[in-house]
Amino acid sequence: MTKPLSPSEVARQIGEHIPDAVTDSNESAVYVKGEALFEVARLLKENLDLDYLATITAVDFLEHFELIYHLTSITKNHSVILKTRCEKGEKGEKVPSVVSLWQGADLQERDIFDLMGIAFTGHPNLKRIFLWDGYKGHPLRKDWSKNGAQD
Amino acid sequence: MALKTEPVMINFGPQHPSTHGVFRMRITFDGEVIVDLEPVFGYLHRGIEKLAESKTYTQVIPYTDRLDYLASMSNNFAYVMAVEKLADIEVPERAQYLRVIMAELMRIASHLIAVGAFFNDLGAFFTPFMYMFREREKILDLFEMVCGQRLTYNYMRIGGVSHDIPEEFLPALRRFIDEMPGFIEEYDWLLAENEIVLARTKGVGVLPPEKAINASASGPMLRASGVKWDIRKADPYSVYDRFDFAIPVGTMGDAYDRYWVRIQEITQSTHIVKQAIEQLPVGEIRTKVPTMLRPPKGEAYAHIESPRGELGFYLVSDNSPYPYRFKVRAPSLINLTVLRDLCVGWKLADAIAILGSIDIVLAEVDR
Repeated sequence: MTKPLSPSEVARQIGEHIPDAVTDSNESAVYVKGEALFEVARLLKENLDLDYLATITAVDFLEHFELIYHLTSITKNHSVILKTRCEKGEKGEKVPSVVSLWQGADLQERDIFDLMGIAFTGHPNLKRIFLWDGYKGHPLRKDWSKNGAQD
Repeated sequence: MALKTEPVMINFGPQHPSTHGVFRMRITFDGEVIVDLEPVFGYLHRGIEKLAESKTYTQVIPYTDRLDYLASMSNNFAYVMAVEKLADIEVPERAQYLRVIMAELMRIASHLIAVGAFFNDLGAFFTPFMYMFREREKILDLFEMVCGQRLTYNYMRIGGVSHDIPEEFLPALRRFIDEMPGFIEEYDWLLAENEIVLARTKGVGVLPPEKAINASASGPMLRASGVKWDIRKADPYSVYDRFDFAIPVGTMGDAYDRYWVRIQEITQSTHIVKQAIEQLPVGEIRTKVPTMLRPPKGEAYAHIESPRGELGFYLVSDNSPYPYRFKVRAPSLINLTVLRDLCVGWKLADAIAILGSIDIVLAEVDR
C-alpha cells in the first residue's frame, strides 16, 4: 500500500531548509507558496526520494487557482500531495515549471496552460496543446462561456 | 567531396493508419534519420473535462467510456472509485469481484488489440491482428451478456455495478479462461521468435528505467524498462490484495519488451480472473445511492492500473449534484512525453514501430 507521508512532518522538514515556504498543512496535503514551489519540489525529490510525478491538476476556485501535485516515490512506495495557490489577475496566473525536475510535467503543464491559462515560467516549450494557436480564452476556467467561444 | 544535406520536414498524420487515430507528428529528417519530432495533439479534443462539470455524477459515467474506448470498463472503474472515495460509499463484495473480473477481461482485450495493431505497424498486415481479434471477440460476447454493449459498456455504477451476471456467463468465461493459454502459445509460436519481428523491435526505442520514472511513464511502458511498479500491487485497490499474480518486467526497455510484457500480462490476468471466479461471493451487487448524489465538500483522487498505465480521476465537489472539477490523469498522453527522445536517431519505419509499442488511444490523449 502506498503510504501517504504525514503532511505536518513533511512541512516541518521543508521548514528546516526553506523557511517561510510552507503556508499551511492539513490531513491530506502541504500548501506552499508559489514562488518557493520549485525549491520545495527539488528538496522533496532529493530528500524524500519522490522520483515520480503522478499528476498535476489545476482547479479554478473563482478567487484563485489551486495547483495540486501528486508526488510518489517508486523506490520507497510513499506519496505526498503538494498544493500551491496561484493568484488571478495580471500579476498572478504563473508558477515555476518543474519540467527540469520531472520530465513527466512537460505535457501536463502544457495541458494546464492551454485549458486553464496558467503560465509555467521556465517551461521549455510552453504553447497550446489541444486548442489551436490564436484561440482566445481557456475553457476550464469558470468564467469561460460557450457563447463567447470561437468556432 | 561531402554532399551538402538539408533537413527535410515531413508531416505524418493526422489521417494515417499507423497513428492509431488522429495524431500528427512533425518529423524532421537528415537524409533518412530522424533529427527532431514534434507530436501535435488536439484533433479529437472534445472537452470532456469541461462537459462533465454540467452533468450529475451518474451522468458522467458514459462519458468516461469515451475516453479510452478500448478499455471502457477500466475507465468506469477508476471514475466510480473516485466518486465512492469522495462520498464515502461502501461497495458490496460481489460487485467488487465483478468489477475485478471485468477489468481484467478488459485488460486482456485491450492488450490483444495493442499487440495486434503493433504487428500491423511492423508490416504484418492484418494477419496477427485477426488472430487477436478472434479472442477479443469472445470477451466482447461476454461483456454483451452482462450489459448488452460491446464497446461502451457503462457497466459500473456508483456503489456497485448495473447488472448481475446472467447464468450463462460463468460457463462461457470458464471456457474462455481454459482456452486462453493455448492461444497465447499460438501467438508465441508465430511471433515471439519471428526473425523479422526481432530485427524490427530488438533494441529499438530503448527507454532506460531512470528516464521512464522521470518522465512519469506508466503501465507496460514503465515495466518494460524493468521498473516493477504496478498499482494493483503497489497501492492495491478494490480486492486486488486477495489475488496471487506476478508483475512481468522487461530487461531492455525496447519495443520488443513492451510487446513481451503485454503478452505476459494477459497470462497474469487470466490467473486473476480464475481466482476471482473461485472466490466470487453471493449477495448484493449495488449499494443504494441517491440519483442526484451530492458528495460532501472536498476532493478525491483515485487511480487504477488501466491497460495503458496509471489512470486517475481527480474530483472536486462543492456539495452540488455536479462535479466542480473533473480531471483525468490520462496515461496515453503522459506516455507520449518521451516519444521524441525515443525516436531521434532512428528511421521513419522505426518511429512507427516505437509509436505502436507505446500503445496510445487518441480519445484518451486528447480527451
